[in-house]
Formats: sequence, structure tokens, C-alpha cells
Amino acid sequence: MNKDKRNIMLTLVALVVLFGVACFAQTEIDSYVRRIINLCLIYAIIGLSMNITNGFAGQFSLGQAGFMAIGAYMVGIFTVPVNLRADVFYATPMHPWLVNIYIPLWLALILGGVLAAVVAGLIGTPVLRLRGDYLAIATLGFSEIIRIVITNATSITNGALGIKNIPPLNDVRYIFLVTAISYIIITLLLNSSYGRAFKAIREDEIAAEAMGIGLFYHKNLAFMVSAFFAGIGGGLYGALLGTVDPKNFLFTITYNFLLIIVLGGMGSITGSMFGAIIVTAGLEYLRLFDEPLEIMGVAIPLFRPGLRMVVFSILLMICVLFWRHGIMGTNELTWEKILNFVKHPLAGFRKKGVQGK
Amino acid sequence: MIRTVLRTEHVTMQFGGVIAVNDLNIVVKEHEIIALIGPNGAGKTTAFNDITGVYTPTKGRVIYSPAEGSEADITGKKPSDIAKMGIARTFQNIRLFKDLSVYENVLIAKHLHLKSSFVAATLRLPGYKKEEEAMRADVERLLKEVNLWDVRNEKASSLPYGKQRYLEIVRALATKPQLLLLDEPAAGMNPKETSELTDFIRQIRDRFNLTIFMIEHHMDLVMEISDRIYVLDFGNTIATGNPTEIQNNERVIKAYLGEDEDA
Repeated sequence: MNKDKRNIMLTLVALVVLFGVACFAQTEIDSYVRRIINLCLIYAIIGLSMNITNGFAGQFSLGQAGFMAIGAYMVGIFTVPVNLRADVFYATPMHPWLVNIYIPLWLALILGGVLAAVVAGLIGTPVLRLRGDYLAIATLGFSEIIRIVITNATSITNGALGIKNIPPLNDVRYIFLVTAISYIIITLLLNSSYGRAFKAIREDEIAAEAMGIGLFYHKNLAFMVSAFFAGIGGGLYGALLGTVDPKNFLFTITYNFLLIIVLGGMGSITGSMFGAIIVTAGLEYLRLFDEPLEIMGVAIPLFRPGLRMVVFSILLMICVLFWRHGIMGTNELTWEKILNFVKHPLAGFRKKGVQGK
Repeated sequence: MIRTVLRTEHVTMQFGGVIAVNDLNIVVKEHEIIALIGPNGAGKTTAFNDITGVYTPTKGRVIYSPAEGSEADITGKKPSDIAKMGIARTFQNIRLFKDLSVYENVLIAKHLHLKSSFVAATLRLPGYKKEEEAMRADVERLLKEVNLWDVRNEKASSLPYGKQRYLEIVRALATKPQLLLLDEPAAGMNPKETSELTDFIRQIRDRFNLTIFMIEHHMDLVMEISDRIYVLDFGNTIATGNPTEIQNNERVIKAYLGEDEDA
């Protein structure tokens, strides 16, 4: 009990400190870097949401792009100021029922999450009977269906033109708070008895069922919670970009999150965070490979747009070859580990020496 | 009169043209230890799967009575619902949650009786906290009783084979069953371990007031412990009776040893 209390205190302190950092970043750092930080945070939410189904419940789902789109469009449709809507919907007027409804961002985020969860529940009923690759293909298909429905519901979503004029949210504090709350809620769920039931299903469905864990209920629960947070992440993504467009939610974006959880560790909460930071920041800062490079007046022919992805892919391959379970595997970075490291920074190395004797 | 805990009525299981179990009529009474034996491929595990809901029998009914005076037809119910009603099982090829700790393996088996919703669990409402504490206390008591408490933090897959078998039984016990189905609990054990297991099965029967129905190949174990034995061969029940009767039954001897060609 004592240790639990200490950990809660440490977590709270860390959150306050990080929020302080976020406030500092908001006022002192230029908007380009802020945008990268925000993207890291948003990708961390969506990555973790995907980890609930794929890493914890062991259901290989590739539907994240669709659920993100639902959240993003909820923000897009309802947070554009009413007087700007005619400009946005210049081709097809907005549906008269919706045109005067304005919802504040926080509520739009929650509603987007709820709608995504409802859709996930509907999809999950038939789809979650499938396993492995079949489930992946089916969820991928449904994610595309969501996108195509959005593209064609022109009077609601402005179709292929997308929605512009969303009040831009490049606010580290706001996004940090949403990320922190999401992480806390998901962590609490995954560490509860329900989270253990998810892990049981991942480990062995037949045994889990024989131990009284209803497969359908728990898989659907994982799927819906995952969709809820993907919806929230998608909403923030839309608000960060200031515009939503069906092309933003092609199924290829799902692979970014797959990458994040594979790299961070399938079944690791902290791993999702590390994965998100590495993938987002990595892709951003490897841009230098895309720019022409001249050394002593000689242009290096390799440096041209596209090299970034080559380098990134090679790094990924190395990572997957040598750390097959990602950075964290199914482990977590706990306060115990951090404190041990602070107390005995060299213990990890010393252990090997002792074994050698 | 002693209550009949489990009864199968004409249970038949057909896979395409193969009849795996044919007209199985088993009666298991309270506090009994019943064994189901038979050569490989006789349909023993299929019978178990019919009872626990993994398969739905092609014909026949499975009747379970969790308490005096109440009877339920559990034919074709979901395995998870059957587990909630008080039938727990182990598997022939151990099915532990391999990457999870011993402690977690047993704690997960407590999930089925959880009343709090996932919202209450996530928000750690007092009702859930109480339930979680009770679950943990139960698991601690159980693991201490079976001497697995010291290895509680080890991964289930890192335990020696024999301990894994015990852990699987303990995990089944954690669901608080009335009826425990053991699918070859002594598979792969040497004679000493088998005799320890025999004592263990008796102990848990008395300690947890269980009825036990098991599939087993080790005849020393079966003959010593069983109140009654059912013998299957090619899906048909060829004999039932107490150990002495079975040992002297000619059809059983034939099924196990084959016909004497010279006779």
C-alpha cells in the first residue's frame, strides 16, 4: 500500500512538472517545434488506443484511421464558427439541421469518441468473431468504409473538399492535458480486472473462455474503448491541423500507429509513448535527408526527397531485427525501475560482472 | 439421496462421418471422483468439450445441477457461462497464460465473479476496490495452501512441468467450481509425482467440497482414487463400474490389449 501511495505521489509530481514544461513550451518555443510536440502527444493517444486491442487484448485490428476520422469530423463539423460555415461549404450547403449547431471543442472531442465507440460496437459484433489476419482485413475494410461514407455525405462533411477554418489548436497545454487524462484512464482500465481479462484473451482464448471470461463482451469492450480514444485523438488531430480532409484518413495512416506500437512494445503503455515520440520526431527530423546536400561544392546524389523514408525504414528493420518485442516488450517503465536506476545507476552493468565470477 | 451434479443424456457428437462420442450417458454424483478412461482417440476429450460448451453435441442433453433441487440444461451454452455456473476444467495440453505471472494466472480466474462494471473498475470506485481486495486475498490464500506462493512472480511458462499442471488445477479452483473436470492431470508425470497428485486430488475434493470428473491414463491413479469409472472405446461406452469391476471386465481388457489371436 505504501509503495502504491508513493507511486501515485510521484506520478502526480511528474504530471505537474510536465505540465509546467508544457506551459513553458507554449510560450517560449516556436510554433514548428510545438506542432511536433503536439503531434507526438496525439500519436501517443492513438498509439495507446491501438495497443488496447492489438497489444493487450491480442486482437489484430487495423481500423484506427476510420475511428480517428469520426473524431476528427465531429470536431470539424461542429467547432467551425457558425459565421464561417458558408465559406467552407461553398459547393454544397451544409445541412440546415447542422448549420447553426456549435459545440465547444472539449465536448466535440468527447462526442467524437463516443460516436467512434458506438460505430466500433456495431462493427465489432460481426467482425470480432474473426481471428488474426482475417480480423485485420475486416477492420481495415470497415475503416475504408467509414472514410468513403464521410467522403460521400457531402451536406454534412463537405465531401472530398474537406472542412477548413477549424479554429487551430496548437496549444501544448491543452493537448498535454487531454493526453495525460487519456493515459491515466487507459492505465487504470488496463490495470484493473478487466485489463487482466484482456491479457488472458491475448494469451489463450480457449483457456480464458474456460475461466469464465466472455470473449465477445471483453473483445468488444476493448474494441470500443480503443475506438473511443482513437476518436479523441483524431479530434485533436483535426483541431491541430485546422482542417480535416478524407485523404488524411486513408488506411495508410493506421500503419503509423502500428509502427508506434510495434516499436514501443505490443502490450506496453509507456512503450506506446516512447514509440510515438520516436516515430513522430524521427520522421520529422530525418527530413534533412530529403534536402539536397553539398559537401565542398559536390552535391551528394543520394540526398533527394524520399531518402528520409529509406533511412527510416532501415532503422526500423534494424530495430525489429534486434529488439523483436519493441523497446519495452510487455514491460512498463515503473517508478521502481526509475528509482533503482537513480540509486544505482550502474547496477545493470554490475550484475553481469557478478555473474561472471 | 445424493444429488446428481452432472448427467449426460444420450450425448452424441458427430464430426462429418465420424462419430466421436456415441450415446454417452454419464451420471456424476456429489462429492464423487469419476474417471473416464479409454484408448487414444476414444472420444474422452470430445466428451469433456461437449460438457464444457466448447462443442455443442449433435444429439442429447447435458444436465447440470449446481444445487439441491435446481437443474439446468447446459447443452450448447457458452464455455464462459458454463464456467460461471460452477464447472471448471483443465486441459490435456496445459493451457496456462504463459507470459503472465503465476499470481496473475490465478487472479484472472477470479474475474468471472466480478460484479463491478468496467467503469467502476476504471474509476476504482469503493465497490470495485473491495472486490479487488477480496480477490487478491483469496488468491493469496489459495497459492499459499498449494505451496505456489513463493513462485508467484515467476512467469507461468518458466515453472517446471509438474508445477504447471498444479497451477492449472489451482487456476480452475480459483473460479470456485462445484464440479472440476481434469483432462489427464497426470500426463507426463513419473510414478512418485503421480502418487502425490493422487493425494492432492483427494485433498482438494475434501477441502473445497468438489465433485471431480477426470480423464486419465495412469491406471494406478485411476484405480486408487475413482469411485466409478466409465470406459470409452471408439466413442461407445463399453463398461462402467467401480475399479475392481473394470479391472476384471473382458471388454475393457480387449479394448486396451487387443484380442488374443490364438484364442
